[in-house]
Amino acid sequence: MKSAVVVFPGINRERDMMLALEAVTGIAPVAIWHTDPELPKVDLVVVPGGFSYGDYLRCGAIAARSPIMTDIRAKAAKGLKVLGVCNGFQIVAEAGLLPGALVRNAHLHFVCREVKLAVENNSTFFTNRMKKGAVVSCPVAHGEGNYICDEETLKALEGEGRVVFRYTQGTNPNGAMNDIAGIVNKAGNVIGMMPHPENMIEPLHGKTDCRPLFESLLAA
Amino acid sequence: MKAKIKVTLKKGVLDPQGKAIEGALGHLGFAGVEHVRQGKYFEIDVAETDKSKAMTEVKAMCEKLIANTVIENYDIELA
Repeated sequence: MKSAVVVFPGINRERDMMLALEAVTGIAPVAIWHTDPELPKVDLVVVPGGFSYGDYLRCGAIAARSPIMTDIRAKAAKGLKVLGVCNGFQIVAEAGLLPGALVRNAHLHFVCREVKLAVENNSTFFTNRMKKGAVVSCPVAHGEGNYICDEETLKALEGEGRVVFRYTQGTNPNGAMNDIAGIVNKAGNVIGMMPHPENMIEPLHGKTDCRPLFESLLAA
Repeated sequence: MKAKIKVTLKKGVLDPQGKAIEGALGHLGFAGVEHVRQGKYFEIDVAETDKSKAMTEVKAMCEKLIANTVIENYDIELA
């Protein structure tokens, strides 16, 4: 399972993501600079969290238009697996790889805490080692994670089982519609999520709840 | 030409910043404030001198970057 992690100016979670990928898959991912025109041959590309371009214009907006995204968009259309976490979710949504948008948290505060996530779809490349309905602890750290989309899109997401992760036990930290924490595209190869599973895989993280998510990559 | 662009949140999109401003105006004693929506304003100087060509170009800029049409509307004024 070869992977690449894309690095934009202002991204700060790429090292955590790379460590998590290497810890679980055994292969160190390649870091890709955002001005690179092309991805190397990989099975998965991860767009990590942080504050690309200082969230100027809209969070993820500038990064979504950087040179490497053109190649990611083209390869995603052919089935390349893409995982966007936190700012990475905002970036892939801005790039049009996932429907909807992430807007300012309803209560306006930046949230940095642990939430409970229900795994709603366990047939994706990032959840196939989980039981459907399983609840895991996972940290969040964002100011703009409030998922929003039009009614038609919401109906499609819910109807087609494309809500992958949902905040549960009253832990929705941002006001997201239907407690949506993560979604998958129609083809099943692009996942975006606001929480940070890469920060809940080692005993030193306090819990290892999210390790099976990364283990799912091995089966995918 | 100069393009003046207003980007506003679509109707129904929650605007917590607007709500916070609304609250602050209330605290300042402005009792008549019914509703506040916050938006963005851009000024872009373009080399194009033909108005309709400039409009086409600026419109493309809005669609591709300046606005996220999932949640925002834009309005262009050219002068």
